[in-house]
Amino acid sequence: MDTKKTSLYQLHQDSNAKFVEFAGYQMPIQYAEGIVEEHKFTRNHSGIFDVSHMGQLFIYGDKDLTSDLEKIFPLDLKNLKLNHSKYSFLMDKDAGIHDDLIITKTNEGFLIILNAACKDNDFKILKELLKEKYKMILDENRSLIAIQGPKSSQILNEVVDGVRDLNFMSGNWFSFENQKVYITRSGYTGEDGFEISIPNDFADKFTRELINKGSKLIGLGARDTLRLEAGLCLYGHDLDKDKTPVEANLKWAISKERISKGDFIGSDIIIKQLNNGVSKIRVGIKPEGRIIAREKTKIFNQSDVHIGEITSGTFGPSVNGPVAMGYVENEFSKKNTKVFLEVRGKKHPASICSLPFYKKSYVKGVN
Amino acid sequence: MSEVKYSKEHEWIKLDGDVATIGITKHATEMLGDIVFAELPEKGSNVEKDGTAGVVESTKAASDVYTPVSGEVVDTNQAIVDDPSKINQDPENSAWFFKLKIKDQSEMDTLMNKEDYDKFAKETSA
Repeated sequence: MDTKKTSLYQLHQDSNAKFVEFAGYQMPIQYAEGIVEEHKFTRNHSGIFDVSHMGQLFIYGDKDLTSDLEKIFPLDLKNLKLNHSKYSFLMDKDAGIHDDLIITKTNEGFLIILNAACKDNDFKILKELLKEKYKMILDENRSLIAIQGPKSSQILNEVVDGVRDLNFMSGNWFSFENQKVYITRSGYTGEDGFEISIPNDFADKFTRELINKGSKLIGLGARDTLRLEAGLCLYGHDLDKDKTPVEANLKWAISKERISKGDFIGSDIIIKQLNNGVSKIRVGIKPEGRIIAREKTKIFNQSDVHIGEITSGTFGPSVNGPVAMGYVENEFSKKNTKVFLEVRGKKHPASICSLPFYKKSYVKGVN
Repeated sequence: MSEVKYSKEHEWIKLDGDVATIGITKHATEMLGDIVFAELPEKGSNVEKDGTAGVVESTKAASDVYTPVSGEVVDTNQAIVDDPSKINQDPENSAWFFKLKIKDQSEMDTLMNKEDYDKFAKETSA
């Protein structure tokens, strides 16, 4: 199968992107300035990310749809306000994670943003679970552009007036060149920012305007270092079908109201794990010195017993040092626990730490 | 001092008497991207031609550093361990990796000159 290109492919080429294949798409891993500069520019100014490879699933329906989706997602969707978003997961019956996602209530139903590598499978699963009762569109005609970093609100507001009044994890329809664009205040960097769903034919022009206002294109390389510093999970690495949301230390995303009822897919296991605890759990890990412990690095306790594995690890440009997360046996998950990471045959000291590595600066309570 | 020679693993080597200074090429740093970690061989250890003699890591991945000739490690550049970004800034000069007291001068003959290396680098990255 040929790799797909997003509507910004030409712009990426014009901007000297280095490309990689990611989930079947030709995506920019970095541009001329490199990952560290792109990372810092996002933290200090504003960065633009082409995330058009991600799935934009529109499901149309009313109260019945809300009830049916509550059987799938551990969310209190009945009380989710119009244009508000929640982070959630699509789970199997054992609470293993098929995908992590953001679901937003729209005036016609729900918009679900899915990971690129999972979107087709998610669509199939959801279609079966919803028994084809509702119109579902995995929209290939819209691009998804993220703009992240402290200057983003001001820059985007110059192009789309009014976006700066959105609150974190909420959205609305706006207009660009008489086109309907759906914008949410959200992101994957730990910075204030927005994600814009825009018709493909207008994505290039829209993005070039953001660049003209002072934002810069940022590749997937810096997207990964930014999200890891922010302590955010990457599906296929930190999350997969062998891990549950409780093990992933994401129980904050599960509605208490829904747990008390326990009628969603995977709820038996979730409730059991919440009551009895889990044997392994996701933690932040800070290596001492400069050693970088990457995915699959083995973690040992002080008695040299293998207690877990790194699921994501890199150098954090804003932390100016190595950062990692992984799963360890529960008894070794307390903050400041000393552990050892086996890198190239040698064991290097590290400690369990709280996440994020870099403090988030989300904008809440604008209005 | 002899001319600088280059290996297919993108190291450069400069011989002064029987002591060789070794680092990685500018082309290598461009392929690697931002270097954020460097590990060097231990002083006093012996390294064999084409064997690993260090590691560099970019934000993306780890890569081995090989030695183009055999010898005893007589010095290492702590400055690049403390600040690996120096390797991107000045790879073929102040950001050298290690110095070897070489065993067999004829090993130098297997390496490329600048012209051949530039051609090799261009061909392999195309």
